[in-house]
Amino acid sequence: MMQEEVNEATSVLSIYGHTIKVTEVLQDGDTLTFIIVSQKLSGTGEYHVDRTYEDFEWLQQHLYAQEDVPGLQGVIFPPLPVRPQVNASAKVMKQLGFLGLGEWQPYCKALETFLRQVAAHSILRKNKAVEVFLTSTDPPGRQKLRRNIFNRLSQAVEGLRKEGHKDVDEFFHTERDHNLVLTGHTRTAAEKFLDVVLTEQKIAVACGHFAAALHICVENGEDPEKKAFSRVCVKLSQVFDSIKKNMTSIAVNDMNTLGLALDLGSRYLEAEKEMLFRRTCKLVELENARKNAERAKPVKKNAMEEVKKAAEGEFEQICKVAKQEIVQLNQERVEMLQKNLIQWCEQQLQTAKEGADAYNQHLQAFIAMA
Amino acid sequence: MADTARDPPPDRTDFHEVEDGEDLFLEPSAIQESEPASLSAVDISTNSNGPKQDSFFDDDNEDLFAEATEEVSLDSPERDVLLSDGPSPAITPITPPTSVIAPRIGNTHDDMFTHSSFDEVEEEDGGDSFDIHLSVSDPEKIGDGMNAYMAYKVTTKTSMSLFKQRDFSVKRRFSDFLGLHGKLASKYLHIGYIVPPAPEKSIVGMTKVKVGKEDQSSNDFVEKRRSALERYLMRTVKHPILLKDPDVLQFLESSELPRAVNTQALSSAGILRMVNKAADAVNKMTIKMNESDAWFEEKQQHFENLDVQLKKLHASVESLVCHRKELSVNTAQFAKSAAMLGNSEDHTALSRALSQLAEVEEKIDQLHQDQANADLYLFSELLGDYVRLISAVKGVFDQRMKTWQKWQDSQMLLQKKREAEAKLQFTNKPDKLQQAKDEIKEEIEEVGPAPPVCLCCPPDCLLHAFISLI
Repeated sequence: MMQEEVNEATSVLSIYGHTIKVTEVLQDGDTLTFIIVSQKLSGTGEYHVDRTYEDFEWLQQHLYAQEDVPGLQGVIFPPLPVRPQVNASAKVMKQLGFLGLGEWQPYCKALETFLRQVAAHSILRKNKAVEVFLTSTDPPGRQKLRRNIFNRLSQAVEGLRKEGHKDVDEFFHTERDHNLVLTGHTRTAAEKFLDVVLTEQKIAVACGHFAAALHICVENGEDPEKKAFSRVCVKLSQVFDSIKKNMTSIAVNDMNTLGLALDLGSRYLEAEKEMLFRRTCKLVELENARKNAERAKPVKKNAMEEVKKAAEGEFEQICKVAKQEIVQLNQERVEMLQKNLIQWCEQQLQTAKEGADAYNQHLQAFIAMA
Repeated sequence: MADTARDPPPDRTDFHEVEDGEDLFLEPSAIQESEPASLSAVDISTNSNGPKQDSFFDDDNEDLFAEATEEVSLDSPERDVLLSDGPSPAITPITPPTSVIAPRIGNTHDDMFTHSSFDEVEEEDGGDSFDIHLSVSDPEKIGDGMNAYMAYKVTTKTSMSLFKQRDFSVKRRFSDFLGLHGKLASKYLHIGYIVPPAPEKSIVGMTKVKVGKEDQSSNDFVEKRRSALERYLMRTVKHPILLKDPDVLQFLESSELPRAVNTQALSSAGILRMVNKAADAVNKMTIKMNESDAWFEEKQQHFENLDVQLKKLHASVESLVCHRKELSVNTAQFAKSAAMLGNSEDHTALSRALSQLAEVEEKIDQLHQDQANADLYLFSELLGDYVRLISAVKGVFDQRMKTWQKWQDSQMLLQKKREAEAKLQFTNKPDKLQQAKDEIKEEIEEVGPAPPVCLCCPPDCLLHAFISLI
C-alpha cells in the first residue's frame, strides 16, 4: 500500500537534512540494524527509526525509479555502500575496504553521509520514499521493485560496446576521460592507504604482545640482579604500551579522516561514471532514432520523427542536469578532500605531540634508572 | 652478575678479581701453572712428569677417566685453562704441540689444589688489562656461482701482550668461524665451559648471495651475518680462558687458515654431527639423573624459564620488525599513488597538496625503515643471541648429565667385576681369578673412587663464563 503512495506524489522533507545521524548499529546474529535519528523541521523533537540494509536498498530503488522527473538519468546518485556482512569473507572485506574496519563505525558514517547527500539533493529529496524512510516507524516494504533502467546486469553487457562511444560534446568528452583516470587513481590510493592502516594495526597488536611477554619475565625475589632486571622489564613494557597506544591512535586518525575521504571520493567517482554511461547510452539511442527517422519509409516517417524528437528532448534534459551535477560534484569533491586532509594533519600532529611527550618521559625515566 | 646466592669459599675470590678485567696474561706457558683436576685428558698422573703424548681428547668422555688415579677432593679447585690439542674434528691440529706445555706440568702439580694459578698470574703479569677491539667488516664476494663465498675482514686492535702486533687484520670466511667454534667446543664443552655459539648456517640466505641477487634482502642477510659474527668474536675473546686458546689466537692473527671443510652441512662430518645430535636428543630423554647439588637444580630451572621467556620475547620482536618493514613498503606505495592522484587532479591547490603529501609519505617510509632496523639490531638480534647462548648453557648441563651417566655405568661395571671376582674366589679358579683381578684394576683406573669433578664444576666458573659472554 505504501508503495503506490510513494510513486505517485513527491513530498517535502520534514526534517533537517544535515541533522541526520546514524547513532548506533545493533547486531543480532547475522543481521545489522542501524538506528537513525533526525531533527524535525518543526522543532518539536526527533525521529528515531531502525533500518536494515534492505531498507536502504528499498530507498535506493525508489530513487532510481522516480518518474516524471526530466533528466533523472543525468543525476549522479549518492553511492550506497556495499552490503555489510558479519564475519565477512576476505573478498567481501576487500570490497568494503575502509568501511569494514573497526566495529562498523566507519560504515555507519558512510550510511549517514549517504542519507545526508540524498536529503540535500534538490531533485532526490522530493521523492516521498525519503520522507518515509526517515520518519516512518514501520520499516518500509522490503520487496524488490520491478526492473528498472538501472539494472546493472544489462548495463554491464552493453557497457563494453558503448563506453568507448565517441561523444558529440567537448565538455562531456573531456569529463569522461578525466573521470576514467581519476577513478582509477583514487581507488588505488584508497587501497594503498588501507594497506597502511591495516599494517599500523598489526604493529599495535605486536607491541601489545611484546609488552605482555616482558611482563612474563618479571620475577619476584630478593636477588638485586633479579630486581634490576624485573624493573627494566616493567619499564620497557610500559614503553611498548605507549607505542601501542600511539600507533592505534595513528590508525584511527587515518581511518576517520583521509581513509573515509578517499573511500567516499572513489565511490562518488564511480557514481559519476555510471551517470556518464547512462548519458552515453541515451546518446546512442538518439543517434539510432535519428538514423531511423531518416531512413524511414513515408508510412512510418511521422512515428519515427516523434521518437526522434522525444529522444532529443530527453537527451537535452539529461545533458543539462548532468552538467550541473558534474560541476557540483567536482566542487564538493575538492572541498571534501581538502577538509579531510586538514583534519587528518591536525589529528596526526596532535597524536604525534602526545606520543613525543610520552616517549620523552619514558626516556627520562630510563636515564634516571641507569 | 655473579651468583651471590652461593657462598664462595675463600679461595675463589681470586677468580672474582680476575673478572674485573685484570691481568690474565702471561705467556701462554705460565698459565699451565695450575693443573686442571685429574680428569682432564691431558694426563696428570702423579707418576709422570709430562703429559702422555697420546692421550688426546675426543668427544667420547671415556678418556676423562683414563688418568684418574689419585683422589680428587670434592671442593675441587678451579678448572683452569686447557691448552691441549684436543683433536679438533675440523682439521689437523695446529695448536702448539704438547711438548711446549709439558715441562711445566710436573712442576706445578703440587699446586693443583690451590688457586695458585691465578695468584701467580696476577703477580707475574705486567698489568695487561683486557683491551681488545674487534671488528668484522667489508664483506666481499669472492668467486662466482655456487662456489662463491663472502670474505669478511677481521680487524683486531689491542695492546695486550698476548698478541704479536697491536693492530692487524685478516680475511676470514664464514666456515672459518664455524671451524673455530667447532674446535673450541670440542676442547672445552665437556669440562663445563660455555663456548659462545656461532651464528647459524643459512642455506637459503647464502644461495641468494651466491647467485648474485643484488637485492635488499640479500644485503640485509649479509649485514645481519656480519654483525652476528662480530658479536660472536667479541664474546669469545671476552671469555678469559678462550682468549688464550691458540686456536683463537691463530684465527685472529694468521693470514692463512686451512679450510674447515668439516663445517659444510653435507660433508661426512656434518652428517655425523646430525646423527650425534639425534642420538643426544634420545639420550636426554632416557637419562634420569639424581641431582645431588641443589645449586645445579636451581640454576637449571632458572635457565629453562629464561629460555622460554627469551624465546617468547624474541618471537614478538621478530613479528614487530616484520610488520614495521611491511609498513615501510606500504607507505612507499601509498606515496606513489598519492603522487599519481595529485598529477591527475585539475584543481591546482589540491594537486599541489597531494604531491606534497606524497613527498612527506616518502620521508615517513624512510623513518619506518630506520625504526625497523633499530628494532632489529637492538632487540631482535640480541635476543636471538641470548636464546642461542642459553642453548649453549643447556648443552653444558647436558654434558654434565652425560658424564654422570657414564660414571654410573662405570661404577656398575666395576661392581659386577668385583662380584665376579668374589665368586671366582669361592670356586677357586686361580687363573680366572687373576684375570678378574686385572680387570678390576683396570676398571678402578677408569672410574676412580669419586664422582667426576665436572659434576661439581665450580659454579662460579660457569657463571663467570656466562656473564662475560653477555
